[in-house]
Amino acid sequence: MALHYDKDAEGIVTLTMDTEDRPVNLIDEALQVELEQAIEKLESETSLSGVILASAKDTFVAGADMAMLEKMSNPTAAFAAVEGTKATLRRLETLGCPVVAAMNGTALGGGLELALACHHRIALDRPQARFGFPEVTFGLLPGGGGVTRLTRMLGLQAAFPHLTEGRTLDASSALEAGIVDELAPDKEALMTQARDWIKPHHESRQPWDQKGFRLPGGGPDKPAVAQMVSMATAMILKSTRRNYPAPMAILSTMVDGALVDFDTASRIESRAFTELVTGKVAKNMIRAFWFQMNEINKGRSRPKDVPPQQVHTVGILGAGLMGHGIAYVTALSGIDVVLKDVTQAQAESGKERVARLLEGRVRKGRLTEDDQQTVLERIRATGDVADLSDCDLVIEAVFEDREVKAAVTRETETLLAEDAVFASNTSTLPITSLAAAAARPENFIGLHFFSPVHRMKLVEIIVGEQTTPTTLAKAFDFVRRLGKTPIVVNDSRGFFTSRVFTTYVDEGMALLKEGQNPRAIESAGLQAGLPLGPLAVSDEVNLGLAVHVREQTRKDLAAEGREMPRLASDDVLEILVNQEGRLGKAQGAGFYDYPEDGPKALWPGLAELFPLSETQLSQTEMMDRLTFRQALEAVRCLDEGVVTSVADANIGSVLGWGFAPFKGGVIQFINDRGLPAFVARAEALEKAYGAQFRPPESLVRMAEAGETFG
Amino acid sequence: MPMDAYIYDTLRTPRGRGKKDGSLHEVKPIELLAGLLRELGRRTDLDTSQVDDLILGCVTPLGDQGGNIARTAALYAEWDVSVPGVQINRFCSSGLEAANMAAAKVASGWDDLVVAGGVESMSRVPMGTDGGPMAYDPRVAGQVGFVPQGIGADLIATLEGFAREDLDHFALDSQQRASSARDSGWFNRSVIPVCDPNGLPILEQDEYIRPGTTMEALAGLKPAFATVGEMGYDAVAQLKYPQVERIQHVHTAGNSSGIVDGAALVLVGSEAKGKALGLKPRARFVSGALVGMEPTIMLTGPGPASIKALKKAGMAVGDIDLFEINEAFAAVVLRFMRDVGLESTDQVNVNGGAIALGHPLGATGAMLLGTVLDELERRDLNTALIALCIGGGMGIATIIERV
Repeated sequence: MALHYDKDAEGIVTLTMDTEDRPVNLIDEALQVELEQAIEKLESETSLSGVILASAKDTFVAGADMAMLEKMSNPTAAFAAVEGTKATLRRLETLGCPVVAAMNGTALGGGLELALACHHRIALDRPQARFGFPEVTFGLLPGGGGVTRLTRMLGLQAAFPHLTEGRTLDASSALEAGIVDELAPDKEALMTQARDWIKPHHESRQPWDQKGFRLPGGGPDKPAVAQMVSMATAMILKSTRRNYPAPMAILSTMVDGALVDFDTASRIESRAFTELVTGKVAKNMIRAFWFQMNEINKGRSRPKDVPPQQVHTVGILGAGLMGHGIAYVTALSGIDVVLKDVTQAQAESGKERVARLLEGRVRKGRLTEDDQQTVLERIRATGDVADLSDCDLVIEAVFEDREVKAAVTRETETLLAEDAVFASNTSTLPITSLAAAAARPENFIGLHFFSPVHRMKLVEIIVGEQTTPTTLAKAFDFVRRLGKTPIVVNDSRGFFTSRVFTTYVDEGMALLKEGQNPRAIESAGLQAGLPLGPLAVSDEVNLGLAVHVREQTRKDLAAEGREMPRLASDDVLEILVNQEGRLGKAQGAGFYDYPEDGPKALWPGLAELFPLSETQLSQTEMMDRLTFRQALEAVRCLDEGVVTSVADANIGSVLGWGFAPFKGGVIQFINDRGLPAFVARAEALEKAYGAQFRPPESLVRMAEAGETFG
Repeated sequence: MPMDAYIYDTLRTPRGRGKKDGSLHEVKPIELLAGLLRELGRRTDLDTSQVDDLILGCVTPLGDQGGNIARTAALYAEWDVSVPGVQINRFCSSGLEAANMAAAKVASGWDDLVVAGGVESMSRVPMGTDGGPMAYDPRVAGQVGFVPQGIGADLIATLEGFAREDLDHFALDSQQRASSARDSGWFNRSVIPVCDPNGLPILEQDEYIRPGTTMEALAGLKPAFATVGEMGYDAVAQLKYPQVERIQHVHTAGNSSGIVDGAALVLVGSEAKGKALGLKPRARFVSGALVGMEPTIMLTGPGPASIKALKKAGMAVGDIDLFEINEAFAAVVLRFMRDVGLESTDQVNVNGGAIALGHPLGATGAMLLGTVLDELERRDLNTALIALCIGGGMGIATIIERV
């Protein structure tokens, strides 16, 4: 039983949801069937004074069952399913007697839709409880009446952000927004208040089922509202570039529904939901951000037989950009930090930057002032290496130079306990080669944080040749403790993220060198779904740094008797950095100019250095070149065992460098296209532009065998 | 064409500021039309039972100007009950479209005498109040890539490299030309004062013109579309124009068309009907053309439509004496000139245009036809080309020749 039916002496029926074998209630097939049965029973009750919808779990209803949504691929079946669910909710809200949602905790997505079908909503005021519609973050819309009801409750303008932004609210914000009607201080009060609301109401109808109902703020036939709708349409196009269909489908459903009666609006909503849930984008996003993300965070890439590892004190070498960020997230997660730089003053300045980040958090109301102090006190700034002796994990974040890194490794490691882990935050240098400087290479590992550390959710863990499973487990558990998502990769030049990301900027520079309009190149990158164009992101990363890394790589390879292949970007960087002295954003001049009084603009000098070719490529052509380079490199990484799971590759690409979330990541991009079509296109690109587009044999074989990446 | 269609007369109201403080705000659009219809009947001594149709453009046909205002106006002006009427909407070109439809009906022999024209009281029925999916339905607007016209105009200027100063200069010319034409009485043949039921004049001349306009004053105006552009419409345009890094917002209230109230009529008929009624033909329709263009930039139609009309007529740009191009925005006219290969404005909008005079949406096309014909006669020239840009990315052109 997922739903308990209790009728009391006063004629009030309490329906208590308690899904079996699940920690939370989900809107799944079982609950839907039982809810329908319960409503049949309610309809046949003779002395019914009211209904309370309650939950036996800690949450009210966490949402819909994602596995059920993921399976929906047939439009006829999907439409019938969602219409069925909604018919049940409609019967509940038209019972005639008062129906109250007693929300003892989180009500998200389908759970909140269930509550909106009640006449009154009371929420238990507890800090963990969240309310809202996260559907849009999975490429969906609230199709269980959420769009239709919230629009009628709040009006078009007020409902819009709740439906399209995917943000969730705490109980008091939900009350303020008008999503919840009252708060209850404890569980007992929650039920009492629910009864108290029912008693004076002998009958109850939703506002939209009452005569003379008017949409708050007016409908889209009102000129001022129409103007707002037009602006909202443009804002959605601006943010989605038509890559994400859900926000536009939501706005469209709101507007179309506002012009007709409730039942027609509800059916329009079902059609839009069906279109989204059976479409590619929702499938990509559900797969990546639900199933693959869960798989990663639950430890698929963590050694199974190593027990959970604790870290007590983390030493951080270097208090600069990366060092202070790592110190901040570590201290925030409750771990003590020793922040060491060359001098005490430099270390203190890093700690000062942490203090400023904490202040920002306090200003946003995400940290109390007391906690701010506690967190800051966990960080000890020092210029003395001896202060690191108690650390069970040390992360070096010093300059990206072999000699420097080797020196700090040797200097620090001797002070540490036998089982302490030494991690390098390098983004490019092979871990095994850095581990050569260590006396205990088995305790040596790569922890590649991304900048800015406090915002970037990904950490790339790099396993060197001699790294032990225990070392890996310790690093993995530490990253999880920070609340970040770890992907585990094997040692290779550039690891996974830098290696694949580099192909994006290289292809962008190749296009520039060929004489493509630089703004069109940038637009193609953005349209392909990357957060920044290839030239802009190169400026952010720093052109000087890119040249430095390549020189280091060239030296490394030369030492192995190998030669580094010359890329188009080498030529472009040579001109920009060595000839023009334009190093990137930090120096105020790269591919872009960065005027102090205005937005950045592409440097006009590019027009002379890279004159426009007579043949200007289409956006589609450039988008394919920019994305295929990345996808092909990612397949090579899978082939070489640099990444060992599709989930790590997809999530690493989205969280690491922002690869098209609507495609579900760099490997899902290939599934989305279809393997045979992808291979055919890659071969055509190879013919036109060269071997960098040659599809690996493994991929050709998969395509021929009709396989996809799972 | 099987037979020629002739213009026998043109007339219009003066244009009043399209706001509450505009002189024509108190006058209902039906009164603007009725006044013109009565005057047309009077001055051509017209047996209205001979009129086969009344075709009127109106872009926002609701409320005061809704419900087929053409038939309503014919009845209200006490024309013969046999005169039917139809209201049409091809956005900003509706007045010229009405004239072209009248010409086509006459040329084909379906009709012998048609009154065409248009009306728009923008102060009473504001632009956009009729809604419509192109701008206001998210799914449709999203797919088509709808942006307000001013963003399209700014995009034209950005792509063509028109600087703010070029546009302001063009606007200044428009003001000076319109002001001088009005003061010299060159509009008088067509302009019919609007009077109240007592015969007291409400508005006798165009009132939107600002004769004292200076470059400095124009330069001081704020870009009109920068804010909405920034909020999202620029990005929508850039989805179609990925090579544009930033849209230059160079159009202002000073170098864009004015919002005004007004109406206009054109009497179109066959040679035989004119003779029978004792009317003297002033000009004949040589050709007309319509085009559809990319809808986001929206306003690039006049050039291609003109080229199409010229081709149809077997004429070249050099065969045209005067060009009358609707000044929806300064960049529209400059782009037209570039498209057809005109280097100076010597023959273009010689008496100013909508920047100085205003653009009463449904009526403008018919007004332009009358204005340029009056000027051909005044200068004793022969041929003119009239063109307008149109919402939704369309363009229209008409070529006339004096007889």
